[in-house]
Amino acid sequence: MTNLSSSETPSRFARFMDSDVLHSFLRSPSAMIAAFITLIFILAALFAPLIAPYNPFDPAQISLWDGKLPPSFAGGDDRYLLGTDNQGRDMLSTILYGGRLSIIVGLAAVFLGMLMGVTLGIISGYLGGTFDAIIMRIADVQLTIPGILLAILINGIGRAFLPVDVRDEFAIYVVIIAIGLSDWPQFARITRGATLVEANKEYVASARVIGLPSWLIMVRHLLPNVLRPVLVLATLGLATAIISEATLSFLGQGIPPTTPSLGTLIRVGNEFLFSGLWWITLFPAIALVILVFSVNLFGDWLRDALNPKLR
Amino acid sequence: MFAFIARRLAQSILVMAVVSAVAFSLFNFVGDPVNNMVGQDATRERRAEIRLQLGLDDPIPVQYVRFVSNMLQGDFGISYRIKQPVDKLIMERLPATLELVFVSAIISLIVGIVAGVYTGIHRNSWISRSILSSSLIGVSLPTFIIGIALIYIFAVHLRWLPSSGRAGTIDFGWWKTSLLSIEGWRSILLPAITLSLFQLTMILRLVRAEMMEVMQTDFIKFARARGLSERAINYGHALRNTLVPVITIIGLNIGGLIAFSVITETVFQWPGTGLMFIQAVDFVDVPIMSAYLVFVAILFVIINLVVDLLYAAVDPRIRIGNS
Amino acid sequence: MSELLKITDLNVEFVTRRGTIKAAQDINLTVAPGEVLGLVGESGAGKSTIGNAIVDLLEHPGRVAGGSIMFQGEEIRGRTEAEMRSIRGDRIGMIFQDPQTALNPLMTIGDQLVETIIKTRGYDQKRAVECAIELLEGVGIDNADLRLKAYPHQFSGGMRQRVVIALALAGKPDLVIADEPTTALDVSIQAQILDLIKQLCEERQLGVIIVTHDIGVIASIATRVAVMYRGKIVETGKVAQILGDPQHEYTKALISAVPRADKKYHRFEAVDYIEGGASRKPIDIATHWLGKARHQSEDETPAVSVKNLDLSFTLQNALLKKNRKMLRAVNDVNFDIKPGETFGIVGESGSGKSTIARLISGLYTPDHGEISIQGQSVLGNQRDPQVKQARRKLQMIFQDPYSSLNSRMNVMNIVAEPIRFYKLTSSEAETRQIVGDLLDHVGLGAAVANRYPHEFSGGQRQRISIARALATRPQILICDEPTSALDVSIQAQILNLLKDLQEDLGLTMLFISHDLPVIRQTCDRIAVMRSGQICELAETEELFNNPQHEYSKHLLGLMPKLDLLG
Repeated sequence: MTNLSSSETPSRFARFMDSDVLHSFLRSPSAMIAAFITLIFILAALFAPLIAPYNPFDPAQISLWDGKLPPSFAGGDDRYLLGTDNQGRDMLSTILYGGRLSIIVGLAAVFLGMLMGVTLGIISGYLGGTFDAIIMRIADVQLTIPGILLAILINGIGRAFLPVDVRDEFAIYVVIIAIGLSDWPQFARITRGATLVEANKEYVASARVIGLPSWLIMVRHLLPNVLRPVLVLATLGLATAIISEATLSFLGQGIPPTTPSLGTLIRVGNEFLFSGLWWITLFPAIALVILVFSVNLFGDWLRDALNPKLR
Repeated sequence: MFAFIARRLAQSILVMAVVSAVAFSLFNFVGDPVNNMVGQDATRERRAEIRLQLGLDDPIPVQYVRFVSNMLQGDFGISYRIKQPVDKLIMERLPATLELVFVSAIISLIVGIVAGVYTGIHRNSWISRSILSSSLIGVSLPTFIIGIALIYIFAVHLRWLPSSGRAGTIDFGWWKTSLLSIEGWRSILLPAITLSLFQLTMILRLVRAEMMEVMQTDFIKFARARGLSERAINYGHALRNTLVPVITIIGLNIGGLIAFSVITETVFQWPGTGLMFIQAVDFVDVPIMSAYLVFVAILFVIINLVVDLLYAAVDPRIRIGNS
Repeated sequence: MSELLKITDLNVEFVTRRGTIKAAQDINLTVAPGEVLGLVGESGAGKSTIGNAIVDLLEHPGRVAGGSIMFQGEEIRGRTEAEMRSIRGDRIGMIFQDPQTALNPLMTIGDQLVETIIKTRGYDQKRAVECAIELLEGVGIDNADLRLKAYPHQFSGGMRQRVVIALALAGKPDLVIADEPTTALDVSIQAQILDLIKQLCEERQLGVIIVTHDIGVIASIATRVAVMYRGKIVETGKVAQILGDPQHEYTKALISAVPRADKKYHRFEAVDYIEGGASRKPIDIATHWLGKARHQSEDETPAVSVKNLDLSFTLQNALLKKNRKMLRAVNDVNFDIKPGETFGIVGESGSGKSTIARLISGLYTPDHGEISIQGQSVLGNQRDPQVKQARRKLQMIFQDPYSSLNSRMNVMNIVAEPIRFYKLTSSEAETRQIVGDLLDHVGLGAAVANRYPHEFSGGQRQRISIARALATRPQILICDEPTSALDVSIQAQILNLLKDLQEDLGLTMLFISHDLPVIRQTCDRIAVMRSGQICELAETEELFNNPQHEYSKHLLGLMPKLDLLG
């Protein structure tokens, strides 16, 4: 029972510091490592131009003479820690720039999917009726088809509609839209589910009796209460979106080789794998797997930590 | 029960209508079909003639109805690039994809469900813990990276298995199988493992989560309170309730395998429908793209129908209804 | 050996990161064969913990920290899991609260019974089936041989609880622990299940422990009773003695808080022992903001008037109208609520009483009929300023204090929301001042304004709800089962608070409850509802002393007899 006589009122920060979620975080080494690595990646992506030894997009800094050099620790040139690719670009720099692109595309795609899904999900769940029936039918059907396949299909159709000469220029937007569109039903369904539960709770009825308009109830009362599962889904969705982008790029349907993402780098490197130039594939692949793994690990922990049943 | 099936059927028909509409619009609005058939330098008269032949001047709804009725007869037009009927191309490549999906489904379902149930029951053993940790890595590995790694290790480095292609096929009428020869199995092994790995880890994690969920329920607690043995509780009560959602998982799994077969086929140059689709996208070969769209939709509609029927068969709450 | 079970100095603790919680301390209990021991206490008293500790099924991280549990003369504390398994079911049976979830939904009840019988009695399949039929007949299920093949979802709640009891008895246990066995059931079913348990106890010379929060259950079934408060047993004895002449202060407070159906009193007495929430600092209504909208007219216009109200829900939709299954939740209901009175609606679950509350408050729209608030019709265009104005005079208190507050908002924002929305004050400072006053007025104190709902107990949350409802300066308050989720002592406090508010502010109240004694203590007039219709509408004393309708008589007959309470 709470002691009401004490006048001390904890601040938002104090409440966060005392929360079970933070406590569980501090007791989970894997969650902390995952969060740390994810943070490093995001920082590296943000500051890639400052950290990278070379600018891989600057022709003045690239020399074909330096092409296909192995990593410095495997008998290569001291200037290139992780070696160079077939065009003589420094691998470390291209990975930093590539990771930046992968993360940006992943975040943008998840944000797009989340924005669509959460908006439609809350409206569907709260207002119901025909709108709900139509939206959820579409989502149900779309959900039976795996996201990656949809992304490939939507991306393919999107590219087909673009004239050949601007296809590379707009590729990144097509990829973001394709992944975002393949993602929204998950957000919509989980948001709608949570909204249905919340909308049946009496605080919503109470807001209605007071006379608050529907939009205010959705924004002020429902939205904050349905965000928990959405947050988990968004974290795990980020990992999936990064994989999807890499896959599209690997299939040659995504980010063009002129401004490569991690997936594009692996695609290019794969052509040289048989001739023994392993580093062109290996390092971007390792970067990609570590990035996806730490995001997944963090998301996995977050799901358990936010699930009161398991705590 | 009848109403349930009828509703699902109606929904499936609706889905097919929407997908065929997308395929149709792809046909009509991407590129110029006439250009693709006769090339840039045909005369104006020749073009008009072909337009008339194809009925491109008819109203859109008429064209759509014609498109659907052609589709129902298996006529998807002629590939722009290969200049062959699309239905024939798909039929040629279908066995390769289906066999790949079949072998991968067997691997992922058996290993995934067994490991999922094991980790669900022996929650704290070190084997469970290590299976779980590695499963998270499995979920984080993109399919194409698994494929590249397996090719590098087993084909390039150890030289045990072929790195790509489909070999050792034996003809059964139009169906060419690679499952009846050693050479065939050697070539399908790497792609099948690649394709199954991601699905396997997904199944494992879903089955385990489902099992844990069931173990929290009141009826398990009540079964304990009646003194039933751990064995009866785990395998009699918990497993059975876990199996209901697992049916959905199997459906999802086969769907997922079809999806990821596109990637696996590209990595291993496996001559299936997925590889054909990717190549078609590169060349904007619209007839193949739209046919593949319809083909995938049909597959998914069938999978979902079967899943729903199985679901009803297992769960008495749907089968019998309230009295 | 007269004792079946003897517990001495039992301690159970839950080790959490916020410290060790002593859920049960120094518990001493005995149960004799053929005796029903009632273990009574309010939520959090630790009564369920004792039942779970006996059969070693404590939820993680609970553990028995000390003491002894002697069962039929042998120590069963600290046994291995395998040994406990042979005790559970065979010698000690358990009955849980919610029959909806206690049975495996995918197995026929026959299979579940046979499995348990084979395990506990070692019968072969054929004999086990015969035995299962006998057991089902024993708990009052007809056509037992046919019902064996049915799945749990094909049974009603009460029938399912009978199946659960049959399962608990399958191993011929000598002791049965029933944890709130009737809480999830309707009053009429509740009486049947209690009779069944009592009868089985006598027939088979069972020892029974009934864990409950309900004094009524204790009074109607228990031979002896142990009263628990905060993990300790404060008093043990014969039922008549404990209920009629309680010694401990807590027991006295608890019993005085139980609403009586047999007589009416003005307020509940001596309930302050339990929760220190009664430090009310009432504000001076005559001069305060809150009192400005007080309804003072001597006008006889009904506060709420309901005419020919109809509402149906679709249970099963179908394309053809004749195939649709409809439920007539409210069927041609008429009544007027006079200004300043408390009007009660009583009925069992599914009778449509809450639906009426939601119709009047505008949460549902009726199919037919008319609703007016102080003479103003409130159906039709909801944007009409006059309709809005009328609706604002009416507020509602809900049943579940755990879901009726938005957990993401602090108390200040929760209570201030309606004031800010309707701009009822001239400045934010005034709003904050008024929220503080309201919190003082309902007995929470202005200092709680920055806290969040999860920091409060159920009763405190209900006070926050009341403060929020008052913030629109309503003249009519709908209370939909406002205390049914609360412990009796807290219920008494909340009912007292509502009564005070009504007197101070001249509120008109519509009070919905399934609980006849509560209705009697709070209402001036009562409507008895059944299947969407009002079967009797009368003055409270008239209804309780001289019910006219058959159903009213039936309901009144089901009330637990509390004659023991002196």
